[in-house]
Amino acid sequence: MSLYYLQKVMFELNRDAHVRQRYDTDFDDLLSDYDLTGEEVGALTEPDIGLLYVLGVNGQLLMHYAALAGLEWEEYKQAMRDGIEKHGPVRAGLYAMVGDKNYV
Amino acid sequence: MPLVFAGACSHAPGITGRADRADPKARDEFYAAFERMRVAMMDAGTEALVVVGAEHFANFFMNNMPAYCVGMGDYYEGPIEDPEWLGIQPVRAPGNPDLSRRVIKSLLGDIDVAYAEEWKFDHGIIVPLNFLTPDYDLDIIPVNINCQGPPLTPLHRAYEFGRALRRACDAQPEKIAVVGTGGISHWPATPDSGKIDEAWDRDFLDKFLANRRDDLVAYTDEETLRDGGQGGFEIRTFVAVAGATEGATGELWYYEPIPIFAVGCTVAVMDVKQPMAKAAE
Repeated sequence: MSLYYLQKVMFELNRDAHVRQRYDTDFDDLLSDYDLTGEEVGALTEPDIGLLYVLGVNGQLLMHYAALAGLEWEEYKQAMRDGIEKHGPVRAGLYAMVGDKNYV
Repeated sequence: MPLVFAGACSHAPGITGRADRADPKARDEFYAAFERMRVAMMDAGTEALVVVGAEHFANFFMNNMPAYCVGMGDYYEGPIEDPEWLGIQPVRAPGNPDLSRRVIKSLLGDIDVAYAEEWKFDHGIIVPLNFLTPDYDLDIIPVNINCQGPPLTPLHRAYEFGRALRRACDAQPEKIAVVGTGGISHWPATPDSGKIDEAWDRDFLDKFLANRRDDLVAYTDEETLRDGGQGGFEIRTFVAVAGATEGATGELWYYEPIPIFAVGCTVAVMDVKQPMAKAAE
């Protein structure tokens, strides 16, 4: 579990045009710069928005990553719900503090 | 010059990015309240706008997260989000580094603020600016209070920051406005996005508008997370405005939950003409 670096990928992707270019041209090489688990790399490359939510990524970062992946707003919300159904409760971060189901 | 204007308003990407999906009547009334705020702010002679925001990992991350940061740039660019997604095209807003430097120097007498000469606006600041200075021709001094990545500054410190900001603004020759921008109860960017607790919001707004300092700073983060969602941490921006207008009360110009905007949409204005009894102590 390296939630810090998982989120840092998205933070830098959102604000740095060079990082965005590497995302477009050689995403695997970009991800090798970060201390990520195999599960985290898989969630980023698929991308599995639901798993990223379960891993604890803050929605303020995740919603942009979902938009980059082409998800419309309601699809993004559904992907998070599906992630919890498939992978279980949020494991870390802010949302892990609000109970097992993580949403109403 | 004494502070010429103070208020608080919502921000949310949906306000501009999903505008076409909102109830048109509610949306238009909310936009009209923003316009009323803009007119009042400019009629007060505002020469610079201090925006007290709660950004969302656009500039600040958990590698070096300031509790408080004040912009000191020549200019600020945004939005950091995709312009089509947010509904706001890329813009450059003017800064005023000389004024920023004087305000920061004054603040540092009371609060250990960070400063930043480079700052990219996300929806947390650029959505309000889109309404309050649509031509981007007003000097902006952005302020960020970390409301996203705990540990967070306590509410009583946010109030003290507001008091210090007031002293800093009053000491400058420029006519300055302070606008805080944050949500009250909301669960943004989560599966619960769109959930809003109107009763919780209105109870908070009652305390804010009456400027009941002890009530405002009594919320614990655990209570806020439970009752107002993680977005509720952004009440720090309102609390700072209350500190900046200590002793004064305010008026609610608009409040309505608009679920597709994912926030209880708020426009509130404090009466800066009222005596600052406690601040003068």
